[in-house]
Amino acid sequence: MRKFERTLLGLSIPLFSGLCAFFIVVIVLIVMGETIIGGWSTLTWEFLSTGPKQGMTEGGIYPAIIGTFLLVVIMSLAGVPIGTITAIYLSEYASQKSILARMIRFAVNTLAGVPAIVFGLFGLGFFIQFVGTGVDTILSGGAELKWGQPNILWASLTMALLTLPVVIVSVEEALKAVPRELREASLALGATKWETIRKVVLPNSMTGILTGGILAVSRGAGEVAPILFTGAAYFLPHLPKALSDQFMELGYHIYIMSTQSPDVEATRGIQYATTLVLLVLTFALNFSAMFLRYKIRTRTAR
Amino acid sequence: MQDLQAPKKTETTLQSISTTSNTTTPLVGRRNNDGNSTNLWWKKRFRLGEFLIEKAITAISFLSFAFIALIFVFVFREALPIFSVSPAKTTVEAKQVPQETYGDESSASELQQQVDERKRSVENLEEEGATATNLVSKTWQPVSSKPKYGMLPLVVGSLKVTAVAVLFSAPIAILAALFTAAFAPRWAKELLKPAIEVLAGIPSVVIGFFALIAMATFLQKTFGFEYRLNAFVGGIALSLAVIPIIYTITEDSLSRVPKVMTEASLALGASKWQTASFVVLPAASPGIFAGILLGIGRAFGETMIVLMATGNASILSGDLFQPVRTMSATIGAEMGEVVFGDTHYTVLFFIGAVLFLFTFCLNAIAEVFIRQRLMKRFEGQ
Amino acid sequence: MNQDNHKITTRNLSLSYGPKLALKDISVGIRTNYVTALIGPSGCGKSTFLRSLNRMNDLIDGVQTSGEVLVDNVDVYRNDVDVVEVRKKIGMIFQRSNPFPKSIYDNIAYGPRINGIHEKKKLDQIVERSLKQAALWDEVKDDLKKSGLALSGGQQQRLCIGRALAVDPEVILMDEPASALDPIATAKIEELIFELKEKYTIVIVTHNMQQAARVSDYTGFFYMGKLIEFDETKKMFTSPKEKQTEDYVTGRFG
Repeated sequence: MRKFERTLLGLSIPLFSGLCAFFIVVIVLIVMGETIIGGWSTLTWEFLSTGPKQGMTEGGIYPAIIGTFLLVVIMSLAGVPIGTITAIYLSEYASQKSILARMIRFAVNTLAGVPAIVFGLFGLGFFIQFVGTGVDTILSGGAELKWGQPNILWASLTMALLTLPVVIVSVEEALKAVPRELREASLALGATKWETIRKVVLPNSMTGILTGGILAVSRGAGEVAPILFTGAAYFLPHLPKALSDQFMELGYHIYIMSTQSPDVEATRGIQYATTLVLLVLTFALNFSAMFLRYKIRTRTAR
Repeated sequence: MQDLQAPKKTETTLQSISTTSNTTTPLVGRRNNDGNSTNLWWKKRFRLGEFLIEKAITAISFLSFAFIALIFVFVFREALPIFSVSPAKTTVEAKQVPQETYGDESSASELQQQVDERKRSVENLEEEGATATNLVSKTWQPVSSKPKYGMLPLVVGSLKVTAVAVLFSAPIAILAALFTAAFAPRWAKELLKPAIEVLAGIPSVVIGFFALIAMATFLQKTFGFEYRLNAFVGGIALSLAVIPIIYTITEDSLSRVPKVMTEASLALGASKWQTASFVVLPAASPGIFAGILLGIGRAFGETMIVLMATGNASILSGDLFQPVRTMSATIGAEMGEVVFGDTHYTVLFFIGAVLFLFTFCLNAIAEVFIRQRLMKRFEGQ
Repeated sequence: MNQDNHKITTRNLSLSYGPKLALKDISVGIRTNYVTALIGPSGCGKSTFLRSLNRMNDLIDGVQTSGEVLVDNVDVYRNDVDVVEVRKKIGMIFQRSNPFPKSIYDNIAYGPRINGIHEKKKLDQIVERSLKQAALWDEVKDDLKKSGLALSGGQQQRLCIGRALAVDPEVILMDEPASALDPIATAKIEELIFELKEKYTIVIVTHNMQQAARVSDYTGFFYMGKLIEFDETKKMFTSPKEKQTEDYVTGRFG
């Protein structure tokens, strides 16, 4: 390679790659900045604590916040225990070569790659159409269509399935972080496997399990595609009172308001502010998860 | 030593007298040091709690596999009716019925009724006619008197948006990862790592919103195209979601390249950038390729960003600056309005099934790539 | 071999990790209430052998064991043997002390609680007794709630010994218990072993020949997975029968 070519490449490769890195940082700042600037003025305490008024052109997003909260709570109640137990199986019980373990890992990897909208389809085809109508048939001979409809229960379960891989991976990581010597000490004292898990492994991985839960909640609060037709609604006169009710949700609200509301320009401020709330929420959750991860890592460096 | 008699939860306290092994009831005797095999301290005991817990844990863990199987089953099940309807020729015939009879207002009511009936039967035939021929036609117009379910514009829409996204994000992500791995000073790394994590954590609806409001205007001003929301805008917005994926996998692949390769290259007199570009980067290429595949999968399946930033018009054209409708956006926008079980519903599920299959294959190939090729390359180590 | 005064006897014990044969046909008797030391260069199989005695090698994937390990004349590798009970009879101290991230009290009380003892008075008694046996009581009695991890290395190891004693075993296996400790802490552990052998049978793996000579009554020399020689410690060190043993104890290889 001639000297000129070499120097040119030697300068431009680091330069361009640096520019790309710079671009990424800048774009993140722009997205965050734009949202803050646009939504800051509309973000008041009243905005967060009252519902929409005047045909959605004024008022607040309180029901959407509550709806999002309920969604992630029900989702976590379903998904975190199942994910934790699966992680316990993979980490503590399964031998590395067992067929069941490989099947489960395949399933987890596949679940992680399924597009969010397909989860929505599954929620519709399985939870609503199959389980829901099945329950209706049992309860009322099919006369009353109560559970075979979109509602917060089916939406939450759909979300739980979507975030299951996140929980499993985080918890497994936490379990593996518990040093082998502790398990050996317990077993050498004559404890059984489950006793060891319950009294030594699990207590020492609680922080990791919490991290997994937080990451799942962050995903659950942010994804909109799975709830588009499994339970979210744009305007409801009251908060969801039962599992068979529909619910308002932050992300869904942003989507509908910015694309389909009758007066898109007038509600811009609300759109920005809602986006800001969602952004702050996910950011706070992700940050706490990162912080917990950091704490785990420094703690186990004995 | 004999004062410590701790009754275990599942033991029975019968004392054993005989040496014959009675395997049906586990008996536990007092432990003593006489080495006498008349006490069965060593006998395997059945711990009910332990057994049940292990079975329960195994069963619950199987749920993830069960659910993936269920997703396959149920998504395909709702899409299956598509294959069980009338053959193509009926469709063609029905389509050729002229529309003139329909619009003649001066005809008598009876004639009108006949015409309406014929129209309805034609429509019904067409409803049934969502067969393979119809699906690959060029028009997607499911909500009309003569619904058309041509998937072509949707597929092309997805392809256009994905292509823009990947072509834009892959070089940026790969180069940025190269920068982190080879050239970045400590402070830059500390800045870049959280930036990527933040970017990865931004919900797609927020990116869509940002694209809809700000990015589209900016791009329109810069490039001067006619329609504010189009495939190009959607693709650029989508790349914000794809960049973290490709970056993370590339960075991981680059760091997995054995240090000995880097050291060997430097020892031969190559400079840092030469080593990074001609040794490390190629060595990590299987991983990078897998990362790109995963990025393609993500872009293809993404819904919210394209719903908000592409203009959502099912136009079939090669122009990047026209609005498009992607497969995922179609499902997202229309499924809420469909009747359970009718043709439109079935077709949407069919699109979903295709989407699922496509991303599944991409992920499978990517995984094989990472594992196999990477292993082969470093076999000699 | 007179089996009546042998707490543990192995017969043709062999062990392999996949294709690699780690223990070759070991037959030896461990005398009750004596200290038996196992010496040999790194990787000779002495730790593997030790772990076979309380079936800790079962925890490793792909391990295959053949032969017999008789504890009180019962082969613990039989299919109908309860591993958990075996491990209650045979306690183990590890090379690096591994107290649980719990209080000193809870560390000691862990074993008894597993065995169903929850009454506070009884547990208090056991904790005090075990810590006294482990020569740690005087140093920690004022603050049993302190975390086990807050102790010094030597104290942690004695805590682990106390923890093992709390389940009232009959045998104590020690895998290089003092290798990570300074000379003063090591001396304390060695003193402890002297006291413990009255009540317990002790098997100790050590790479420190002088320690073996100081502490044990019987010694076994391992090399490349085989038990080369086994004899009373005095005889082994002053007039070993095998040339390999002599080469090792005189330091010609290590």
